[in-house]
Amino acid sequence: MQLTTEMEPLVRFSGVQKTYDGEHLVVKDLNLNIQKGEFVTLLGPSGSGKTTCLMMLAGFETPTSGDIFLGQERLNTLPPHKRNIGMVFQNYALFPHMSVEENLLYPLKTRKISKAIAKEKVDKILSKIKLKEFAHRRPSQLSGGQQQRVALARALVFEPQLVLMDEPLGALDKQLREHMQLEIKHLHEQLGLTVVFVTHDQSEALTMSDRVAVFNDGVIQQIDTPHNLYEYPANSFVAQFIGENNTLPGKIQSKEQNTCQVSFGDGFTTRALAGKNLNSGDKTQLSIRPERVRLNSGHLNLENQFNATLHEFIYLGDHLRLRCELAGNDQFYVKVPVNELCPNLKAGDRIQLGWSDQDVRALDYL
Amino acid sequence: MTSALAMSQPAISEKVPGLKAQLRRAERLRKLKAIALVAPLAIFLVIAFVIPISNMLWRSVDNSEVMQVMPETARLLTEWDGKDLPSEAVFSVFAQELRDSRTGGGLGRIGRRLNYEDPTFRTLLTQTLRTLPATTEKTWSETLQSIHPRWSETDTWLALQRAAPATTDRYLLAALDLQRGSDGSIERIDENQRVYQQVFVRTLVIAGGVTLICLLMGFPLAYLLATLPTSQSNLLMIFVLLPFWTSLLVRTAAWIVLLQSGGLVNTTLMTLGLIESPLQLVFNRIGVFFAMVHILLPFMILPLYSVMKGISPVYQRAATSLGAHPFAAFWQIYVPQTLSGVAAGTILVFIMAIGYYITPALVGGPSDQMVSYFVAYYTNTTNNWGMAAALGTFLLIATLLLYLVYHKLVNQKQLIRN
Ligand SMILES: Nc1ncnc2c1ncn2[C@@H]1O[C@H](COP(=O)(O)OP(=O)(O)OP(=O)(O)O)[C@@H](O)[C@H]1O
Ligand SMILES: [Mg+2]
Repeated sequence: MQLTTEMEPLVRFSGVQKTYDGEHLVVKDLNLNIQKGEFVTLLGPSGSGKTTCLMMLAGFETPTSGDIFLGQERLNTLPPHKRNIGMVFQNYALFPHMSVEENLLYPLKTRKISKAIAKEKVDKILSKIKLKEFAHRRPSQLSGGQQQRVALARALVFEPQLVLMDEPLGALDKQLREHMQLEIKHLHEQLGLTVVFVTHDQSEALTMSDRVAVFNDGVIQQIDTPHNLYEYPANSFVAQFIGENNTLPGKIQSKEQNTCQVSFGDGFTTRALAGKNLNSGDKTQLSIRPERVRLNSGHLNLENQFNATLHEFIYLGDHLRLRCELAGNDQFYVKVPVNELCPNLKAGDRIQLGWSDQDVRALDYL
Repeated sequence: MTSALAMSQPAISEKVPGLKAQLRRAERLRKLKAIALVAPLAIFLVIAFVIPISNMLWRSVDNSEVMQVMPETARLLTEWDGKDLPSEAVFSVFAQELRDSRTGGGLGRIGRRLNYEDPTFRTLLTQTLRTLPATTEKTWSETLQSIHPRWSETDTWLALQRAAPATTDRYLLAALDLQRGSDGSIERIDENQRVYQQVFVRTLVIAGGVTLICLLMGFPLAYLLATLPTSQSNLLMIFVLLPFWTSLLVRTAAWIVLLQSGGLVNTTLMTLGLIESPLQLVFNRIGVFFAMVHILLPFMILPLYSVMKGISPVYQRAATSLGAHPFAAFWQIYVPQTLSGVAAGTILVFIMAIGYYITPALVGGPSDQMVSYFVAYYTNTTNNWGMAAALGTFLLIATLLLYLVYHKLVNQKQLIRN
């Protein structure tokens, strides 16, 4: 989804900070704009402040400083029940003493919508989530996936301008989770929802989102489309957090506009794309995706070629991972499609690895 | 997804012969173990609970005194039509059995029983015995009638007849201020003798009031306990449980000390100038409520607390996110989830309150005594087991009825929701 910058954002975090104990900032200077119809995911390791951000948006926590806007309205002092934001909780929070139907009617009842219209809306959404025949069951009589769909329906049935989801799929098994990821994505597209989604599963974030905000330590490290996040990580944290990544510590020898010469290991050098704020003489961390490293690359005419030792084969069905030792790092992985592998290669062999300038990035040293 | 799920279903395996028998054998062992585990408790319950209660229920209709001491007289009297005096056969058997009753305490037993029919009967029996000859030339009917003129009245024999059957409903009727009239129909007793209907109503009112106050006071406290951080809630919990550390009698006595006219409460209020003369806070209904609520409050708080502890605060958050005002969220989402705790707490407190005896006896006035007081009176003071048992039986019935009603209500609510 391409976004025009002139458009007024639906949600705007402006300089938001949050501390619980008055000592540590859990969220540090958060600035984030979310456009109408966008699916934005907050991704980050445990304790990085994702839930806190979501709770401030929902109104269950107040920002220590800064402002949150929903449309034109400043949210800071608006109580949660007046915000008109749908929320899906991690453990669904379906009311156990009410049937599925009563759960779905609840937000309509609080909005004083007439019984007939409410019933119609609930019927419609029940058939959308294909749970019509379960309308009179209690939540405890549903499977995890069904409960999940009811929770989703309950957050959508009153047509909120914004839907928040805090790790809604965390409790499901892998197969069901992947199914629900697609289902939520389709609902988002069909209904034109604006969704803020929290997860610490990076593949979930990449599959579902228009944009992903990578959190660490209360700061957004990078916010971008899944493709850009993977291909052009802004710093070492993002490179390591998203997808697989090989790191090699090194030092910048010289720098041109956006490429640089980096020395690493015992007298190796490579050209690489230069990350921001790095100058010659700085320590750096080289970052290369395992699938961008080429094996026995002599004939490929690559700029950067190195000798390495093959230590181990890891078979993964559709591809193999080779664990190699390069420049003193014995955790250097190479990803090879099964049919491209030379059959008489074995552990202990000397091999040649190579990569293009465009596939290796010199990023900040962690 | 449906197809994916269908695929993951395991295929139904073929039938293996003998599997059922194997299963049954495995189950049997488990069942035996379970039985062995509950057996001590079951035996204890039978001995300490089922037997005494059935015994009590039986005593409320038990009328075997005359039948055991004078079996022949009882048998002949049941055949008597009650119009004229009984036949000579009855007189002679009666004289014989009366003489025999002197040994083995039989006379005392029938004397006590017959006194309920007519308060002078015991005297009549002892007077008769004193001059009753071993043999007589005349008929026994003449002899007895000459010993005491009352033996020539049909009423005397009718009283004996009423006491003759093996069972009676007189205690049960009396416990409801009813009696059998001379024609055998049920009627209310004299207005100025009625007590028990009022006592039952009073018992229900006090127990209900105490339960209600306990609920109103216990609910917020249990909520606080369930939502406070652990360190603070532990401290609070100790205060809740503190009453259990002293004996019931001491606590009740403490209330008398506090509430009496020269007690702490009254002197404080008077020094503060809030009242002119001491308030009557004890030896009346107020004192009963104070002491009973204090003693029974933990029994309300504990079941409420244990249910509330299990309710995640996320439900109320969810409700507010769906547009409910926090108060509405509390009332519509939180409170219904506590209902099982409310039910357990109220039933526990009510059933305990309905049987209270010591506390009203100590801190109540004469018009605050509950049914148990009269049960104690009949067992300890007058040895009238029939009345004690009849009152106890109605107490039990009232409790069971209320429990049933309550159960129905709670179930119905769930049915409607389903
Ligand atoms: N109510 C609270 N009181 C005090 N500290 C809190 C509270 N809630 C969260 N924190 C702290 O704030 C930090 C961020 O928490 P948050 O729940 O936002 O993390 P998260 O990114 O959602 O993590 P996770 O992926 O584990 O859910 C954590 O260090 C946590 O300990
Ligand atoms: Mg979280």
